This record gives sequence, structure tokens and C-alpha cells, in this order.
Amino acid sequence: MTETYELTDLDKLEAESVHIFREVAATIERPGLLFSGGKDSVVMLHLATKAFWPAPVPFPIMHVDTGQNFDEVIEFRDKVVDKYGLRLIVASVQDDIDAGRVHEEYPGAPRNRLQTVTLLRGIRENQFGAVFGGARRDEEKARAKERVFSFRDEFGAWDPRNQRPELWSLYNGRHRKGENIRVFPLSNWTELDIWTYIRDEQIELPPLYYAHKRQVVERDSMLYAVNRFIVPGEGETVFEETVRYRTMGDATTTGCVQSSAATPEAVVEEVAAARLTERGATRGDDRISEAGMEDRKKEGYF
Amino acid sequence: MASQLLRIATAGSVDDGKSTLIGRLLYDSKAIFEDQLESVSATSQARGHAAPDLALLTDGLRAEREQGITIDVAYRYFATPKRKFIIADTPGHIQYTRNMVTGASTADAALILIDARNGVLEQSRRHAFLASLLGIPHLIMCINKMDLVDYSQDRFEEIRTEFRRFATKLEVGDLSFIPVSALAGDNVVSVSENMAWYEGTSLLHHLEDLHVASDRNLIDARFPVQYVIRPHQSTDAVLHDFRGYAGTVAGGVFRPDDDVTILPSGFSTKVKAVWGPGGTPLKEGFADQAVTLELTDQIDIARGDMICRPANRPHSAQDIDAMIAWMDERSSLTPGATYTIQHTTRSTRASIKDLEYRLDINTLHRDEAATGLALNEIGRVRLRTQQPLQFDPYRRNRETGSFILVDEATNNTVAAGMILGPSLRESNVVWHGGAVNREQRATSGLTVWLTGLSGSGKSTVAVELERRLVAAGRPAYLLDGDNLRHGLNSDLGFSAEHRAENVRRVGEVAKLMADAGVVAIVSLVSPYRADRDRARTAHEEAGLPFLEVFMDTPLEVCEERDPKGMYAKARAGEITGFTGIDDPYEAPQSPDLLLRPTDGDAAALAAVVLERIDRLEGNV
Ligand SMILES: Nc1nc2c(ncn2[C@@H]2O[C@H](COP(=O)(O)OP(=O)(O)O)[C@@H](O)[C@H]2O)c(=O)[nH]1
Repeated sequence: MTETYELTDLDKLEAESVHIFREVAATIERPGLLFSGGKDSVVMLHLATKAFWPAPVPFPIMHVDTGQNFDEVIEFRDKVVDKYGLRLIVASVQDDIDAGRVHEEYPGAPRNRLQTVTLLRGIRENQFGAVFGGARRDEEKARAKERVFSFRDEFGAWDPRNQRPELWSLYNGRHRKGENIRVFPLSNWTELDIWTYIRDEQIELPPLYYAHKRQVVERDSMLYAVNRFIVPGEGETVFEETVRYRTMGDATTTGCVQSSAATPEAVVEEVAAARLTERGATRGDDRISEAGMEDRKKEGYF
Repeated sequence: MASQLLRIATAGSVDDGKSTLIGRLLYDSKAIFEDQLESVSATSQARGHAAPDLALLTDGLRAEREQGITIDVAYRYFATPKRKFIIADTPGHIQYTRNMVTGASTADAALILIDARNGVLEQSRRHAFLASLLGIPHLIMCINKMDLVDYSQDRFEEIRTEFRRFATKLEVGDLSFIPVSALAGDNVVSVSENMAWYEGTSLLHHLEDLHVASDRNLIDARFPVQYVIRPHQSTDAVLHDFRGYAGTVAGGVFRPDDDVTILPSGFSTKVKAVWGPGGTPLKEGFADQAVTLELTDQIDIARGDMICRPANRPHSAQDIDAMIAWMDERSSLTPGATYTIQHTTRSTRASIKDLEYRLDINTLHRDEAATGLALNEIGRVRLRTQQPLQFDPYRRNRETGSFILVDEATNNTVAAGMILGPSLRESNVVWHGGAVNREQRATSGLTVWLTGLSGSGKSTVAVELERRLVAAGRPAYLLDGDNLRHGLNSDLGFSAEHRAENVRRVGEVAKLMADAGVVAIVSLVSPYRADRDRARTAHEEAGLPFLEVFMDTPLEVCEERDPKGMYAKARAGEITGFTGIDDPYEAPQSPDLLLRPTDGDAAALAAVVLERIDRLEGNV
């Protein structure tokens, strides 16, 4: 062994994320971790368990439930909660619809945009001082300027022109009651880093992430699996394809890609060679406008 | 060997081609996805450009798109088979000094653009200065738009020479120059045929090969305690007693069995185990690693404490000199103001005692008449903190030498600070005769004289007192009567005459130390009043403070303790002339401080002495 004391890039990313978790636990009251069952939130939770070892994760996880989930994801979520002995809080979009706080455009419409209201309510009701989110800066332009500790006012809003400077590894999580800090421990990870880490650490994911055979339809040049949310319309042809998912969003808008990558190793290879961003490829909701993400973040979205 | 991370901060004046260069790096290293490229092509076409404008790839928020400028730090990611890169892309205008400082704070390398047609401009110098202020070890000057100067070697050399001359004023570890054309791609990813005269490597190769592992401080072991892990799991006996100190190693290496000292308490113990995240047992934890340390002794340790090696400690001080970059647009730094200071994992309050000068970051001129620092201004200040900070100068360690100031009213981060060192005392004194007088010394001294019977507990209190003073950053030295008899006073016995000489010598040594700025702690039976008074007089004549502390432990108690078995021997008649048995102890009639064993343990008694010192020095 050489005595150069070098860390590999993944070790360094891991160390930085662990540092962030500990910093929040030490300085901010009542943190919570946003857990969707998507790979980023799974990696984030995995890092949290490593940060506090041998103690349990010292905060609850919250699932903002659109009510339009892949069954596999909910099953997976409950299994993880069991495995780590976590406290799970479910903030349900359906509750907000039922209470008239938000309105569905039409029954079965995508609920991604509605999530923001539910998320903010969940934060308020649980008095979270900090909420961990799995967003990465490489995902999207507006995110590239996001801080690791992102200050949100009492309306949950993000003000890109008024962000706190963030220097060295000194994080300022001070806030008043009602305000909160969104914390992004995966800020500096790329999609490839995430997958390489999943492979190296053998982290379990919902099975949908790996190639399997599905009945699909093609819409707007994206593939959607036929299930209770995606009902083939007239003139749409259903065909069988070997596919996998690159993200886990609302089941009505999350598409899959044709792929034969059935193992983490194969996915790493595929991602390394990919020529489309994961959001561009499979998230209908981000295609709405060029500034889609920026507008949503200002409203309080992650 | 798996790949390593390289963090780069970029800066350039508007239109020097920074966005184009970054776009080129991303594009040529295939970090650009097709959908991103398509969106850029569409926008370029809409704006009437023939080819896709690579600069658009790195362009972020809508406000910026509309104004056509970059307003904040944006982070970009790309990787080659050799390395993963994170670019902190910062705007170059003076108005955005704040952003460049932010991006530079974590960078391993700075990439600064110069337009070959314009040469070294004021802003190029400013960018280089900021890079050096923030301690970025590697500075890479990209002379861009070489295509517009006919790829001229002369022009390149001219710019290089001029910049080198300026750079001698800066602290730059590693400076390199690369002629490129961001637009055409010359020397960006591969070496250009258009500049055969250039013998160096392409920018990308240069970045891939940059050696940064030794830029960290691997010598001074520093571990700011971040979080205490106590599982409290009653079901598991081992876990129940587990107490781990979690944090990120800020310098050096920690191994199991290492002797360590905890600051500010000054207690020492050993490392029992070093754990990586998730409980991987480690043979060593080194700088940048997030670890959990287990220690052999149960010591009260909290977040904000600093673990180091006993013989290699950081500075501990409350008066600190630092460079400050002001980052708030709604307020400015003014002497006298108080802020929350975040340094390593410690938060305390700091007030600005003095603004020594404001630095013109274009000319490096020092304006000593300045009365404040506004947004994007940089200056040198003297701070006083409520609790002592354990720090190293920023030049020596970026982790333990940096801090931020937070406005207590708005909770905003208002300043970034780089510590120069402990403040020397305010020295607006007149120098005379070339000799240093006492006021000019960094610290002021005094003598604490502990007198009392053998076994009264003087030494225990003295040891504790010394430890605490040193931990608080104050030079202190223990003069122990028993130990001095082995050296300085080895020629002396226990006759009244020799006892008097013994006390005189110790008194003189203490006086010299106090004069030199040290707290001399004397632990000496010194049974005769007249001898002690002589020592006091010697100090008073020299204008040095002298505190007589009487350790008033009853003889029966001392005799019962009898730590060295001397009382037993004296009673048995094996030794004669033993103080308290067959030689008198003349107790002080009006000591400056009287300590009784019933007042508390050694730590409590030492605290009483410290308080007395504070009162003497008018600090409370
Ligand atoms: N001829 C030439 N033009 C360049 C070069 N690099 C950038 N440019 C042009 O200079 C202008 C400013 O470039 P940009 O990257 O937006 O500059 P920034 O303001 O530093 O980000 C654009 O029109 C670029 O196409 C180069 O190497 N050669």
C-alpha cells in the first residue's frame, strides 16, 4: 500500500455526504428525509445509515405520496422502513385533493405539480427544520446553482438571486421558525456516480430499475408501461419490450427505456454510454418548458 | 487505482470565452447529452447563430439567460476515464467577487482566461489574486482566442512574461500557461497542430495529470468533533457503551493507539478505534475522510472540540487576525459590530475590533483609512471571539483556518474569513533603544506562587492550572520545587539557609519567565514567610504581578495522604527537619488566594485560581 492517503472520487463524495448528514443532525432541529423509493433517495438513505453507525438514523423519512405509484415502489419502501427500523411519515396528495386544497386537471392526470402543496404541508405539520432531498446538480440547469443547504422562506420558496454563499465545508443552517433548509447531500454526485455506488455497495433498489419484459405503448416518442395508470388509447399499439426505468416518478408520466441492463453492472455500462439525460429521456413533466424546473423550485418544489 | 476528484474554479472577464471553453470541455469529453445539445442548437438557431453556441451549454437561470450573463456560481460535472471533475463556474465581473471567492474556497485548481488580443487586464490580475488569497494550489492561465492572433508564439510569450512578473507578488504554488482556442478546440482536449511551437500538454491532459493529493495538510493531525454518536441500545451490551466522536479529519492522520489531546479542555487520552462510514474498521483516518473515533477514556467531549496530538496543537486564541471578504449587499462590515462566527464545527460570537485596511483587489493597494467593507470588498481585520478558537493559519490548513460570519438578525452568511494568525497585542507603542519592552510582547506574564505543606495538593492544582492555561493558548510553565532540586538546586539541602536560597532562586527564575510573558506557576513548600516575601518584593520591584496562593490543607490530612512516604519517615526519625513535623511552616497571613481541599477537586481549585488571574488582569 502506498502512503499517499488518497481517496477515490466515490470515497470523497461519500465522505462529503456523510459530513452533511452529521452537520444537519448536530445543528438543525427536527430533520426529515424525503424518500420516494427512487434510486437517489435510496442512496441518500444508505448514506444516512452509514453516517450514524452504529446508532440508528436519528430522523424520520417522509414519502410524498401522489397516490399514483408503481406497486413495486411502495412494496420496496415498506421493506426498507422495516429493515432499518425507520419512522415513516406519509404525506398524501390525495388528502389535499379531497380537502380541496389542490385540484386535479382531470381524473388520473399526472400529480407531480400537485406534490408541492403536499410537501409543504408535510414540512409544516412535522415542523421539519431541515428536509433532505436527493436532488443532484447535474440533473438540470436550475439545479446546477443550488446550494447544499438551500434556504426556503415560510412559503417554501427558493429565491435564486438571494442564496447564501456556501464556502469550504461550513454550512449555515440558521433559520427562523416556519422557515426551513432543504439539504442536498447528493449535490455533487452524477447519475453515473450514483449507479457506480449502487453497484459497489450492493444497494438494493426497486426491481423496476433493471431490465424486464413489459407491455408498453409509445407516446411522444417515449415508452410507457401499460398498467392501471397508463391505459392505451385508441390507435395506440401495445407491444412487448425489454425495458427498465431510469427514474421513479408519478406512474402516469414516468416512462421507461428500452434496455437489456438487468444488473447494476450492466446499468453502469449503459449509463456510461448514455446520450440522453435521465430527465429528458423519461420525465414528461420536465419537458413542459425550458425553464420548467426553475419555476417549480420557486414554488417550493425540490 | 480508481479515479480521483478534481475541483476547478474558473474565472474570466465577460467575453473572454469562459463559457465556450467549459462547453468545449464538456462536449469533447462527452459529458453533454443529446437532449441538452438539441436544446442548445434550437436556441442558437432562434438567435440566428449558424453553429450551436457551446457557451449556451453552461448557461443557467432564466434571469441570466435574459441578461446574457452568468450571475451565480454554477457547478458542472464531467469525467474522463482518468478523473472526475467538478467545475465551479463563476462570473468574472468585479461585482461578483463574492461568487468567485465561494467557488474558489473548495477548488484544487483555478482556471483563468485571458483574451490573447487584450492581454493581462486588471481583472486577470484580480482573478489571480483571489485564487491566491483563497489558497488554490494550482493556477492555470488559459490564453484564449489564439486563433485571432494567428496562433502567435510571440504574443503568448509576451502575455506570459507580463503575468509572471505580476505573479511574484502573489503566493501561487504552481503556475502554468496554456495557449488555446476555445472556439476551435485548439489545445483544449488534444494538442493543436496550429501551435507546433507549444511544447506543453492540452488543457484536459494537464487537468487529468494534476497532482493534488499532497496539497492537503497531512502533517498536523486535526479532528474537529462534529457529532457525538451514542446508540444507547440497551439490548446490545457493546453498543450500549459505545461512544463515538464523528467528524471529518481536517488535517493529518489518526491511528488506533495514537496519543491525543482534546482542546479546549486539554485532557489527553488515546485513540481506541477509527471507524469509517458504516462501521468499516480503519488502520488510519486521514485528511478529508469522514470517520468516527473511539477513545480509551471516558472524557466529556462535545461538538466543537478539537482533537489533536499532544505535541502538535493548533493555536488557541480569542484575538485573531484575518482577511475578510464581505458578501452581503444589505449591510457592510463595521468595526465594533458583533456576528456569529462558524469555524470548523464550533459556533461562537465574534466582534470586529479593528479594520486594519481595505485592499484594492485590482491594485493590491492597502487603504488604511477605510472605515468599513461593503459587498465584494476585502480587508484585514482583528477579531475577538467569545470562546477561544482552535485554529491554524489558513495558509497552513484551509479547513482549520477558515470561517464564516453570520448576521445575527438576518441569519445570512455575510463574510468569508481566512485566518492569518493570533493577534499580536495592539502595538501602537513607541519603540525605543531597539529593545523590546514588556507591552510589545505577544503575551503578558505573572507568577502564581503555590505554597503549602508537603502533600497539601499544590502540585496537582499546579499541573491542572498549567494544562488549562496552555489549552487556552497562554504560555505557562510549572516550576515544581521537588523537580528543581534535581537540577537548578541540586547543590542545596534542607537547612534554613539552603531553604532560603532555594526559594530565592525559584523566585528569580519565576520573575524572568513572567517578564518574558509566561505564566510561571511555582509549586514549592516555601515554609518561611520572609523568603516568600522576598520573592514577592523582587516581582513588585520589576513591576510584575505576583499571586500568593496558600494551599491550606490541615497537617493531619497531608500526613494521611503522605504521597511520598515522607511523613512516615519523619515520624520514625529517619529524616529530620521535615516541615510540619520538626520544622515550622509559617502560613501566609494575607495570601492573595486561599484554597482548601474542601472547596473542590484539583480542577475546581485550578478554576478558582484562573478566576483570580482574570480579576487581577481586569478581565472581569
Ligand atoms: N475566435 C474565437 N472566439 C472565441 C473563442 N472563445 C470564445 N469566443 C467567442 O467569444 C465570445 C464570448 O464567449 P463566451 O464563452 O460567451 O465568453 P464568457 O463571457 O467568458 O463566457 C463568443 O462570441 C465566443 O464565440 C476563441 O477561442 N476564438
